[in-house]
Amino acid sequence: MLFLQQLINGLMLGGLYVMVAVAFTLIIGMLNFLNFTIPALFMFAAMMMWATMTGNLPFGNETILAIFGEDHIWIAGIVVSLVTISIASLIIERFTYRYMKAKYGDATEHALPLVSSLGFLIMFEHLAISAWGSDPLQIDSPFGDATFTIGSLLFSYPQVISLALSLGIVFLLHYIIRRTKLGRALRSIAERPDTATLMGVDVLRIVPMVYVITGLLCAVSGILFTINYTTIDAYVGDTVATVAIAGMVLGGLGNVWGAVIGGLFVGILEVFSIYIVGADFVKVPIWGMLLLILIFKPTGLFGHSAIGKGKF
Amino acid sequence: MSGYIEAQLVILCLSIIYAYGIFLPAASGQLNLGAAGFITLGAYASGWFNLSDGLGLPMYPSIILSMLFTGAVGFAISFPILRTRGVYMVLATFAFAEVVSGLTINMEFLGGAAGMPVDSHAPVEVLVGAAILVILFSFYFMSTRLGLALRSIHDDESVSVLFGVNVRLAKVVAFTVGGMLMGLGGAVYGHHYNYIEAQTFNVLLSIYILLYVLLGGTQTAWGPLAGALFFTIVPELIRQLAIEIGSDWLADSRFIFFGGFIVLMMVIRPEGVVTRTLQDRIAAALFGRRKKAAEPAE
Repeated sequence: MLFLQQLINGLMLGGLYVMVAVAFTLIIGMLNFLNFTIPALFMFAAMMMWATMTGNLPFGNETILAIFGEDHIWIAGIVVSLVTISIASLIIERFTYRYMKAKYGDATEHALPLVSSLGFLIMFEHLAISAWGSDPLQIDSPFGDATFTIGSLLFSYPQVISLALSLGIVFLLHYIIRRTKLGRALRSIAERPDTATLMGVDVLRIVPMVYVITGLLCAVSGILFTINYTTIDAYVGDTVATVAIAGMVLGGLGNVWGAVIGGLFVGILEVFSIYIVGADFVKVPIWGMLLLILIFKPTGLFGHSAIGKGKF
Repeated sequence: MSGYIEAQLVILCLSIIYAYGIFLPAASGQLNLGAAGFITLGAYASGWFNLSDGLGLPMYPSIILSMLFTGAVGFAISFPILRTRGVYMVLATFAFAEVVSGLTINMEFLGGAAGMPVDSHAPVEVLVGAAILVILFSFYFMSTRLGLALRSIHDDESVSVLFGVNVRLAKVVAFTVGGMLMGLGGAVYGHHYNYIEAQTFNVLLSIYILLYVLLGGTQTAWGPLAGALFFTIVPELIRQLAIEIGSDWLADSRFIFFGGFIVLMMVIRPEGVVTRTLQDRIAAALFGRRKKAAEPAE
């Protein structure tokens, strides 16, 4: 029974990793670069959620409290968070994709988007630190200890909802990519942006959409993280995103369903590693696994061999 | 020398040594996001060789041994890691650093999460000496045939292969020597502060070092020097300025500008501050236009 309970805890944690891993894999699959702003967006979404719920926004705290009231302020938190992250994503798109022009095409120049995304990571983390400090911050969970049991297995409502929500979002994303006109444009950009432009795809309209979609994925994940675990700090994005990267590589770069399975797997692996060998040792299984996969089967379980080789 | 200047000088020297360790692979177009892993190895190896419970060697032999040890590890992992490319290489080096730090924290004879004290003390002069040696060595290294090979691989790998450059050899040497330099950096770090904690060498350190190199420029050996100088001195100057005008907010938020600056740099000058063209221009301005003789005669 304890085994099953741990498995369930792992799946619930994995649900959060899934969304971040999918965000990473979308950007790598479509635009061929490793987006380090994802941890920053995750953290910032969690921070905005906390700030709205505890009245620590730079402005407009009273207005929000007056409109939503004490009981429903978590809805305001979600709205503020999603709006902020959408705007941030659009700014990031300008400076990691649109204005980037390689002059010589040599090896390190392909790292341009990667480097500016690292710049954004530093910027957002220190923005959060200078505004709210680097100590752990707490919220009161809006749903209290809402739990239910099946047999002797314990489930908490926020966690079940977040797992369902994350899988639902991924299904929706899959539908968009496979069945809609937007999805077809996205796939053509992933294939080759120049040819896509020639074929009449408005790349400069579609790419911002990719950024907003991935930003919203991180935001939802960050919000759910805040509600589930109630304690966050300015570095929370780094910890979550590094594990999510491991999940993404396991599933194969650029493959959405690979990221889902990889994300769930690292969640379970993390919970079991903590349970069996202790919290200090948890890095070694996850990163050892990642290193071995990268060396022996870099395409992961379901990856495509062409992705991620040419650029950084 | 006042204590404050000395502390800043130590940080500057360490940044320079680390930056050259990352620069050598980057000069051949490989991004190594695993600096923290090599630094951890160097620091702990030298500390343990020096410790009376360990080998009990004097300081200089333990520093040299730890460089050899880090170089050996770099050599061993360069083969699997160089099989990977692009994003995969960034991820693999990153994973390497995380595995090293995860293992170090769990080794009881290295002090585990509590950290490890180091016996011999290295004064600031040793660090300055090491940094100068590293700079001179890197300039020499880039001027050899191997350095030329690294530059050609950086510009175009397939053409280098066509011209008979031994790409694999050049990459392995660059990666190994880079690892040795970072090992040296870690070793002098441990001996200067006399205490090492694996948590100090984290992902952010790796990221910052890679940024020094990429923003300074990977085309010439001046790049990492410029990057390390700029990014250690400017934040300190801003902090001093903040104290002068009494603004706590500026002191807290100087890294916001740092991040913004990185983003702007990538838009305005993506190839780094120091490029070959800039180097040639400065050389021409300083040492006269030697090419004048080649101008067509009247």
